[in-house]
Amino acid sequence: MRKFIIKRLLISVGIMFFVSLIIYTLIRCLPASYVETMAMQLATAPGSKPYEEWIAQLNASYGLDQPILVGYVHWLGDFFRGDFGDSWKFTVPVVEEFKSVIGVSFVMGAISLVLQLIIAIPLGVVAATKQYSKSDYAISAGALVGISLPTFFFATILKLIFAVKLGWFDTHGLVGRTYAQLDAMGQLMDKSKHLVLPIATLTIVSVGSLMRYTRTNMLEVLNADYIRTARAKGVSESKVIYHHAFRNTLIPLVTIVGGSLPGLFSGALITETLFSIPGIGWASYTAMTAGDIPFSMFYLTFIAILTLLGNLISDILYAVVDPRVRIAS
Amino acid sequence: MAKKKQEGYLSAKESRQISKKNRKITSELEKKRKRKKVPESEYLTKMHDENNAVEFDNLHTYFFTDAGTVKSVDGVSFEVPIGKTVGVVGESGCGKSVTSLSLMQLLQRPQGQVVEGEIRLNIGGKAYDVAKMPYEKLQDLRGNFVSMIFQEPMTALNPVFRIGDQLEEVLQLHHKEMDKERMKARTIELLEMVGIANSEGVYKMYPHELSGGMRQRVVIAMALACNPKVIIADEPTTALDVTIQAQVLDLLRDLKSKINSSIMFITHDLGVIAEMADYVVVMYAGRVVEKGTTEEIFENPAHPYTIGLMASKPVVGKQVEELYSIPGKVPNPINMPDYCYFKDRCEMCVGQCDGAYPEEISLSATHKVSCYRYYKENAQEGGTI
Repeated sequence: MRKFIIKRLLISVGIMFFVSLIIYTLIRCLPASYVETMAMQLATAPGSKPYEEWIAQLNASYGLDQPILVGYVHWLGDFFRGDFGDSWKFTVPVVEEFKSVIGVSFVMGAISLVLQLIIAIPLGVVAATKQYSKSDYAISAGALVGISLPTFFFATILKLIFAVKLGWFDTHGLVGRTYAQLDAMGQLMDKSKHLVLPIATLTIVSVGSLMRYTRTNMLEVLNADYIRTARAKGVSESKVIYHHAFRNTLIPLVTIVGGSLPGLFSGALITETLFSIPGIGWASYTAMTAGDIPFSMFYLTFIAILTLLGNLISDILYAVVDPRVRIAS
Repeated sequence: MAKKKQEGYLSAKESRQISKKNRKITSELEKKRKRKKVPESEYLTKMHDENNAVEFDNLHTYFFTDAGTVKSVDGVSFEVPIGKTVGVVGESGCGKSVTSLSLMQLLQRPQGQVVEGEIRLNIGGKAYDVAKMPYEKLQDLRGNFVSMIFQEPMTALNPVFRIGDQLEEVLQLHHKEMDKERMKARTIELLEMVGIANSEGVYKMYPHELSGGMRQRVVIAMALACNPKVIIADEPTTALDVTIQAQVLDLLRDLKSKINSSIMFITHDLGVIAEMADYVVVMYAGRVVEKGTTEEIFENPAHPYTIGLMASKPVVGKQVEELYSIPGKVPNPINMPDYCYFKDRCEMCVGQCDGAYPEEISLSATHKVSCYRYYKENAQEGGTI
């Protein structure tokens, strides 16, 4: 087991090297250039140098005059020294900016994932055990609605009902108007209140696919011969479903949950934008459009690492829930 | 009908109508089954003969599929006497397994339903009609009083649980008084009984670590754990090689004499039937075409189908160019005609065969056959019996 993990981690390092090279090349080729925008602005100032001179000067100072490969090697060297550079757009060290936005996105992602699991798995199981019944049709139709309709639609509907009509929540922002005057407890409550609608939106749009996945897998398992064997033994119906069948349904579900690890940190761009929440999704998007290479590189590399880690965790969990899978060491 | 439709072809509209009708029928039946607190009087019956363990009486098990109603078992009647082995033979798809699954009430519901007839189960002094029993009551009988050996050893065991746990589960369910240690001892004893040498090791193994033959033994051990009075063996030897087959058959025979249970042995291997069974029931297309004691069936097969079956089995020491096979194939189970189902494949038809499905007639006290050839007026034509 340990040998397997070490081997996988070493392979992951190799993969990371190429992934970051590709990301760096792509970012350098992006049409959105931070330097060009800045040079344009500086050149319009009265009595300033012409655009060409500005751009040459800025390119030199930001290290963009070097070829891509050389730039990448520089970046890699800094990365291994733990120096992630300063964000061009946010004008603070990358790590500092990252720390300030990741918290809220992680909380949103984690709560939403837990809610998805709590809602989707039981409903999927119910839909499968009562196949073609009214509850199955209701659950399947609901799941389809959740999958098909876009985030902004649900966000707007939720805002209309709960913020505009009922007035329970604010439509935008992470903190209320009176945030500064509240004590620590009150501030926490205020923030949580502002997160209810974004989390609800996130959950609604992603719960459907997990539900359908659970239903499909459960149906497959329920038709298996060993379920009939269990019934022939005199096992009660609820134990057949929640003990014998569910353990087998868990096997594919575990992969999905393991694979959702990067999703916890990648943020939700659309939801965050719709609710004006300064999370990582919003920050990474702003950085990308501004051509902020240090921040984008840090963010994308981080997500790539998490994806590889998520895959490793799924593989390990696979071996935990399915005795037929044994990790060869 | 303007154009002659291909057999079995259904338009979308027809198919929708069928599934709508099916859903109505099955949901009504399901509703009836799902009632809570069914009084015992509803499923309490009397055995016609107290010496029988199971009596199938005019059993009809239908599958309501989207292509139409499949009459898998259509009026099957036979008995399984206490302490005897009854062999059920027939081609694939003739309703052997469905008959046994009806007894266990393990049909794929809601499509599969017992729509008519009784399955009387003798449980010492009392008799229950299994077809009408509520689910909770059935649970106490399954695995405990009636148990089943399944035909697919590779898939019949749950892949994520250990062999020991799966075996112990049966004991846990039906012998609540047993403590952990006694349960483990009994499980190991069961594994040894079915001839697994490394029983302590197998106890801790997962199904995928065992060979097919070993798994089949585990399935058998599971079925025998509570010393059931009725054992249904659904092709228990089909997946095994010949040496293991012989061992498994010996084992079953041994157990039968040890715990005096009745065995319903389903197979299409006539050799196995001849060796194991006291009585034989020959099924064809959801009906019993002939039944009798093993000698009667093997010495004097009466129904042309049985005769065909006998002719198509290889005989040691006899040289044949080509093994006989019954011409044609089993008819489409949807929309069965109302004449002898075997007529289209039969080489011994008489004039009356175009008429309605033949009634069952007795050739002796135990030997019964459904064939026009044995009607009095055809006695000479049908040849000697």
